Amino acid sequence: MAVMDYVRERFMPHIWCPGCGHGTIMNNLVRAIESLGLKKSEIVMVTGIGCSSRISGYLDFHTLHTIHGRALAFATGVKLARPELTLIVPMGDGDALAIGGNHFLHAARRNIDITAIIMNNSIYGMTGGQFSPLSGYGKTATTAPYGNIYESFDIVQLAKAAGASFVGRTTTYHVTSMMEMIEEAIRHKGFSVVEILTQCPTYFGRKNKVGDAVDMLNYYKDHTVPIGSDKKKENPALIERGVFVREERAEYCEEYEKTVKRAEKGG
Amino acid sequence: MPFRETESLLPSGSYYFSGNEAATEGALAAGCRYYAGYPITPSSEIMERIAVRLKELKGVFMQMEDEIASICSVIGAVWAGAKGMTATSGPGFSLMQEGIGYGAFTETPMVVVDIQRAGPCTGQATRVGSGDHQQAKWGSHGDYQVIALSPWSVQEMYDLTIDAFNLAEQYRVPVFLMGEESVGHLRERMDVRPKVTVFDRAKKKGTPPFGMVEEDGVPPMPCFGEGEKLLVTGSTHNDAGIRKTDDPLVHEKLVSRINNKVLNHREEIIQTESYYVDDATCLVVSYGFTARSALYAVNKLRGEGGRVGLLRLKTIWPFPDQVIRVLGKKAGKIYVPEMNRGQVAGEIMKYADCDVVPYFQTNGEIIDPRTIINQVRSLA
Repeated sequence: MAVMDYVRERFMPHIWCPGCGHGTIMNNLVRAIESLGLKKSEIVMVTGIGCSSRISGYLDFHTLHTIHGRALAFATGVKLARPELTLIVPMGDGDALAIGGNHFLHAARRNIDITAIIMNNSIYGMTGGQFSPLSGYGKTATTAPYGNIYESFDIVQLAKAAGASFVGRTTTYHVTSMMEMIEEAIRHKGFSVVEILTQCPTYFGRKNKVGDAVDMLNYYKDHTVPIGSDKKKENPALIERGVFVREERAEYCEEYEKTVKRAEKGG
Repeated sequence: MPFRETESLLPSGSYYFSGNEAATEGALAAGCRYYAGYPITPSSEIMERIAVRLKELKGVFMQMEDEIASICSVIGAVWAGAKGMTATSGPGFSLMQEGIGYGAFTETPMVVVDIQRAGPCTGQATRVGSGDHQQAKWGSHGDYQVIALSPWSVQEMYDLTIDAFNLAEQYRVPVFLMGEESVGHLRERMDVRPKVTVFDRAKKKGTPPFGMVEEDGVPPMPCFGEGEKLLVTGSTHNDAGIRKTDDPLVHEKLVSRINNKVLNHREEIIQTESYYVDDATCLVVSYGFTARSALYAVNKLRGEGGRVGLLRLKTIWPFPDQVIRVLGKKAGKIYVPEMNRGQVAGEIMKYADCDVVPYFQTNGEIIDPRTIINQVRSLA
């Protein structure tokens, strides 16, 4: 199937700002799905609210555009009612980890076969540039005009600790590895998390004077290294990218089936 | 209409159940295939019984991380084709409101059992209250309709749960079973009939899932994984489900229809029961557990020659305005005892063309029939 067959072209142009990284993620996501040979009708894409959530409007799968932070809870119901479907849940960083933080932790703990893609642009874009749980200490946002005093979550550590059995991180600069990582995450049986650093030149970029989209992409190139790189030892501030967790572990729907079998036998 | 008769899951006969157990059995009889919930007194027995009856559920039971996740996962499962339910009490019902709004706007059939306790807030978790009726109607933002039923017995916890599923599927709307702690934990005899009437949601390939020609119609509902393309969104959408958030006509049409599909079918939806209303000069209007005390009181007063009648509301939403109007006018006086501060009395005042005397009791206890007797006597 051609990549464009997955796209609802009639809804173009998209709403993402010039220079936004979300389109790059959508591009790689559909390429990953094409490479996996999945049919449109086999995929349910569930999203919440925010810039990231609009992706479900542009892609021609079954799509469930829900409420802020709850996408994983909705997806859990879909998956359990029809385990044969492939569930993909793109979320923003605020969507996934502020309002949706608890659902994220518990979805990971269940190790349910859902692919969570966190489009981390470090800001609330849709609402106009408020700080998010991934903005970082000292960063500026409309609600942190004198500097943000929160530290960021580390999504990889969080997902790992909560029990996700596949955890990866990449950026919109590293498009080839992004596609491969998404592909592997979808193929992975269990809860898979792919954090993708994606630039928001309109709000994060402007507020923090980090330049335009190209400058931000260059930042990802210069400030991230593959896992285990020697450069990280010299400069601990560098962000590692790659697959951090890749484990085969009991998946929730399969465990649930076993429970049903025990119930049928009478305990 | 896609109503069908099916064999009862439980062998027909008499059972000695609690209200919460009866609601669980009602759900299983109605074809519930997905249940998600979070522990909360005084409703937890529903979830516990579902967990035990996993085999009969022929579907999925989930204990989720909170009530928000519970209702959202139910909605997800319903769009994947299951009949779905959750149960809770006041604090959880408050948390569920955003999911209820999503359910109303996306026309997702689902059942929420609310076993009410004495609020507000944590209140008296193990004591009875009936203070969630206005929240049931107005708890989420914007204009939408729901259906809310008010059981007075263990039998009705069973019967009205089945009705709740059927109404949800028929009108594609969230339906609430507004039980109270006193009926949830009450144990009494109830009967199971050999056959159960169930409604399966209408499906029609190629028809738009969110709109139709009729301004008060209920569109057929496709689901994920059955071949039809499907976009579901909580944003304003056109008949096909496509977001249209800047078109005033689309918004007006959708909001009108999700209201009219319930309001224009009030006659088919609303259930009430009346006792001695023909010659009554005082009409007691009651619902839920309080109606048991009210019926006792009315019988007693009738025995003394008092011209007192009882109208029992089995449906709270959509509100039975017409019967209130007619019977109120006939009696000239309405008395409303409630385990809240007048949530239904206020509604009655909107429609009754007569004096309405409310009685509030919010002390965590049921209303004693003697209280009703004394009050009605003093009205005469």
